[in-house]
Amino acid sequence: MTDLYKTIINDGLWKNNPALVQLLGLCPLLAVSNTVINGLGLGLATMLTLVASNGLVSLFRHQIPDEGRLPVFVMIIASIVTTIELLMNAWFHELFLILGIFIPLIVTNCAIIGRAEAFASRNSAGPAVLDGLMMGLGFTAILVLLGALREVIGQGTLLSQAHLMFGDGARDLTIVVIEQYRGFLIALLPPGAFIGLGLIVALKNSIDAKQLSRAATVRSDLTDTTVTTSNP
Amino acid sequence: MNAIQKHILKIGLLLALFAIGATSLVVITEQATRQKIIDNEREALLSALNALVPAEKYNNDILLDTLIVPESYLLSTTEPTTAYRARMDNKPVAIVFTSVAPNGYNGKIKLLIGVKHDGILAGVRVISHKETPGLGDKIDERKANWIHQFKDLSLMNPDSSKWHVKRDGGEFDQFTGATITPRAVIAAVKNALHYFERHQEQLFQASELTTAHD
Repeated sequence: MTDLYKTIINDGLWKNNPALVQLLGLCPLLAVSNTVINGLGLGLATMLTLVASNGLVSLFRHQIPDEGRLPVFVMIIASIVTTIELLMNAWFHELFLILGIFIPLIVTNCAIIGRAEAFASRNSAGPAVLDGLMMGLGFTAILVLLGALREVIGQGTLLSQAHLMFGDGARDLTIVVIEQYRGFLIALLPPGAFIGLGLIVALKNSIDAKQLSRAATVRSDLTDTTVTTSNP
Repeated sequence: MNAIQKHILKIGLLLALFAIGATSLVVITEQATRQKIIDNEREALLSALNALVPAEKYNNDILLDTLIVPESYLLSTTEPTTAYRARMDNKPVAIVFTSVAPNGYNGKIKLLIGVKHDGILAGVRVISHKETPGLGDKIDERKANWIHQFKDLSLMNPDSSKWHVKRDGGEFDQFTGATITPRAVIAAVKNALHYFERHQEQLFQASELTTAHD
């Protein structure tokens, strides 16, 4: 694997994660992350949009006039989202009924136009599609994590209503984490989303800070040894 | 034509080309999924109706045997709604119509009400609501069984003075921390039964209700 691909993967999943670092697409992220399944559904739809829009933007990057690139990006993204909406309505109807109003909202997810502008319009199709996939995965991961956090704290379950996404066989997937749970309302309401996302961002930052300080210690150890060896 | 005009024209044409491309994609997908989406919506509606009136209880095409119910004060509807009628060998079995509880905690609660020919409830379901998650949303079938208790009730059973939550001296459970929501639903179901009582004959015969006012 080349360094470019490694950087793309690392950027999308961690270093430049759209939900944790770029803080893009917060509107759908906060609104739909009240259960794991809702988060997963919106995450996958966003990922699909990102892959398709990055791919198309990259393929046409030499034809897209520089001055008119934003309207073209908007048109490409809007038509992709509409297509996904129609396809979901046709083949995942029940999930569509739940995520319904959030699917058109993907258009407003600035992470998508952000990637088109910052990455896809400057790179060839392969890396652009990978970037879309990784940014989408990073976004989905945070949606699912936040969804799990809010679902457990809010209603004491995980994967409730999994059948909406995976069919009737998945009814038993629902895990009751806390029996006879009375529920903790704020976790399910928008404030819970803000608090939860804030905690996850803080966790990521503290992991980064720890790694940085560890790297710094290692480096200073190295300098120490060089100093000692030069002065026997 | 000078260079700038040419440039502008070129960009305009390119934009138009992209617009045509993007629109074509949407049009093609719409054509390809149209039938499937219509089928889905039909199936979703049918399963919602069958939850109230079991499929074996009727043998007409319930989706085609419809009646336009004009906006009504008793149903709190502000525009005409569609009612679906179930018949067995042309004898009326039940009717399913839309009613609204206008005074939920967070606005309107839309209900689907099934009433058998004799005025006994076949069942009630909440179609849409904005009640508080964890408190008022227990009216939703996916959250609790509360809404199932309306099945087999009528204006005589319980006595019409008992169509209230227990706190108001009635027979229905309220929820911990949420009385407004069940109160609104109970009143709406009761009003819907009154509506049925007043229009009973017409509801099963006419293809359109003529009396716009109650």
